Amino acid sequence: MRIFDPHIHMTSRTTDDYEAMYAAGVRALVEPAFWLGQPRTSVASFTDYFDALLGWERFRASQFGIRHHATIALNPKEANDPRCVGVLDEIPRYLVKDGVVAVGEVGYDSMTPAEDEAFARQLQMAREHGLPVLVHTPHRDKASGTRRTLDVVAESGVPPEHVVVDHLNETTVAAVKDAGAWMGFSIYPDTKMDEARMVAILQDVGTDKVLVNSAADWGRSDPLKTRRTGEAMLAAGFSDTDVDRVLWQNPVDFYGQSGNLVLDPVPGFDAAEGPAAGVTFEGSSVLRGVRA
Amino acid sequence: MSAPAPRTDTPPPGGPPGAPSAAADWLAGALDAVGTDPSALSTAFATAGRHVGRHPLDPEGDPRGVLGSVDDAARALLLERAVHVAGDGAPDLLASLYRTGDTAERRGVLRGLDRLVEVSAPLADALVATGLELVADALRTNDPTLVAAATGPFAAAHLDQHTWRHAVLKLVFMGVTLDAVAGLAVRADDELAAMADRFAAERRAAGRTVPDDLARITPDAGTTTENDSSPEKDA
Repeated sequence: MRIFDPHIHMTSRTTDDYEAMYAAGVRALVEPAFWLGQPRTSVASFTDYFDALLGWERFRASQFGIRHHATIALNPKEANDPRCVGVLDEIPRYLVKDGVVAVGEVGYDSMTPAEDEAFARQLQMAREHGLPVLVHTPHRDKASGTRRTLDVVAESGVPPEHVVVDHLNETTVAAVKDAGAWMGFSIYPDTKMDEARMVAILQDVGTDKVLVNSAADWGRSDPLKTRRTGEAMLAAGFSDTDVDRVLWQNPVDFYGQSGNLVLDPVPGFDAAEGPAAGVTFEGSSVLRGVRA
Repeated sequence: MSAPAPRTDTPPPGGPPGAPSAAADWLAGALDAVGTDPSALSTAFATAGRHVGRHPLDPEGDPRGVLGSVDDAARALLLERAVHVAGDGAPDLLASLYRTGDTAERRGVLRGLDRLVEVSAPLADALVATGLELVADALRTNDPTLVAAATGPFAAAHLDQHTWRHAVLKLVFMGVTLDAVAGLAVRADDELAAMADRFAAERRAAGRTVPDDLARITPDAGTTTENDSSPEKDA
């Protein structure tokens, strides 16, 4: 099973996690920029963090055979602190850098005017740079936050296929699917979404435009939840090709829109095994997406 | 719309870098652009790897590209051109490129300093002073490609002896081949050999292997007794 975790905060994880992820089949991941638990108080602590995502963390991942990419943004929570908003002027220079595959996490936390402003400005930056967008949906009042997110995206002119709306659940998935955006699911040990519920959603909405991530961070979380979801899919009767579609091809297709993915194996490490050669995609012998 | 360079020539994810002619065409265009408009430098510098590839200059002997990659070489040429255009502004330009750069861009600045040392008349004092600050920053990191890039011809020509010795030993410590070090035979001295002896003794006392490259800076690396294990200072 080859796995591309499309949303995981490796800065908060140990090297044991990198080893376990490689053993489980993870060969690529995207680490979105987000808050750090302790609120930041200056622009400089953002730029040090962005530099660490593109420098130290990518290097750390490579030592364990994993290709590390990042998304860059001012997150909605800290968009409410005037001391932090100046980082918006620094973000465009990061959006041209190697391995930056989207603008994110953007979106809403408390749905304030400051969050509206930061979200709209960063959607325009994504449009100007031709980059996909990773949108966080709020923990509180998620349904109305998701609807407002989709409205703002529609107004921005960013095409919906360039947007993933993340942390979805049974109540928010339909609106995102109807809007034509990608559907992101964070599989946690005991909150947001678990692998059994995820399988049920996949049986309902299919595998198209679905991204499954572990989102593992500093809270109670498990960087192997992607693998567990793949195993639960197989147990429920999904094929190897379906699992590969969700856990590898879909992230490659979504973030590949940036033109900035690097997926060849890290020198000295092996590629993870994909589905058996010759498999068909929905009856066609043409394999969908990029083989890596 | 301030879009960066178009991405239509980007190789497919996982595929080989773009065709050599496309890479050469992009580089020629970027050098021309930087020569006439210095503001073209930052985007060209950031995106060079996507256009010319990132593979090692010596894929057989150096599969990880620690001794240099094709994008390093392209950035060195871009930097050389930009420095000539910038004149007295060159030190600020280098510092800004490095400060706002990612690891590959920072390596490009360091490789560019090496190229300037190799192809230019003696560098202006202000440029050397800035270069030394950037080299010192790179030597504080733990990324082997940055540390290796900080021990090239610029370091050989300008780094003080104490800092240079520690840079060499840091490479050994990180498992990076001393092929990275320019002018190794010329600058190696008794103190470097003594530091290497102490390091070898420390390794043996810990029951660990002694890196082969130590033999290149101390003839005694393989035979030193454990009595030599005086603590290394400033490590």
